[in-house]
Amino acid sequence: MKARIGVVTFPGSLDDRDAARAVRLAGGEPVSLWHRDSDLAGVSAVVLPGGFSYGDYLRCGAIARFSPVMDAIIAAAGDGLPVLGICNGFQVLCESHLLPGALIRNDHRHFVCRDQALRIECTDTPWTRELTVGQTIVVPVKNGEGQYCADAATLAMLEAENRVVFRYTGGNPNGSAADIAGVRNAAGNVVGLMPHPEHAVEALTGPSTDGLALFTSVLRSLTRTGVPA
Amino acid sequence: MGARVVVDVMPKPELLDPQGQAIRKALGRLGFDSVSSVRQGKRFELEVDGDIDEATAQQMAETLLANTVIEEFRVRVERTP
Repeated sequence: MKARIGVVTFPGSLDDRDAARAVRLAGGEPVSLWHRDSDLAGVSAVVLPGGFSYGDYLRCGAIARFSPVMDAIIAAAGDGLPVLGICNGFQVLCESHLLPGALIRNDHRHFVCRDQALRIECTDTPWTRELTVGQTIVVPVKNGEGQYCADAATLAMLEAENRVVFRYTGGNPNGSAADIAGVRNAAGNVVGLMPHPEHAVEALTGPSTDGLALFTSVLRSLTRTGVPA
Repeated sequence: MGARVVVDVMPKPELLDPQGQAIRKALGRLGFDSVSSVRQGKRFELEVDGDIDEATAQQMAETLLANTVIEEFRVRVERTP
């Protein structure tokens, strides 16, 4: 039986279909979760996709954070459920305080959309274990509010605890502190990043197929830890 | 008896405010070249039925209206007859 991976759709989500497709190409079974669901349908992991949930009203991710599905995800994440937030999903995870820091407007004020090289900094998460520390992957980045920021103490903690998972290399697209593209929580099961691995899963449409490794990683983690896969 | 809660939210001073910078530059182009800095914030006005205590107003601001990781806020409760 294939592992069931939930993909949440908020009003204004854009990349939920691509995330579901990435799950399928990696060998999993994508399960659509709606923002009003308070039940996670027994999925073994969850992806929060990119887009503009609730029109980015108030702050990116701020309204989505209080949706019923997020209450369920926050509780399950505390119990170790693997959660991946991509772009707007990363913003939702920061607003939920599942991840430290915040994403603010790009320092150059422009929306950026390009292929981006990322250095893998941490493979001690269910989403990155098939990658190698120091490896470079290329995936699209597309955001207007992707500048990662946190206070100096938080940034120092992230470095000391090896919680920076992805770092921009070959140019920082948005002014993010310490070139940070993605981070994890203390336990490692919650990972968020601004760039889009789900758009780099097929040669036809992506700059590479590097993004697939995040989805195959979580599927392998689920099998390995004995969670029904 | 009602109340109005006014919440002013500003980006923390140590954070870069790209929008404020863009506004300052635009002011300069309009000839207002003595403006050395602009920071852009938000103001919320909440009309409340009945009374509301300061602590509840504070809690609303802290929970939803502001993200205290990046923003500072100030809450004011105005009672209306």
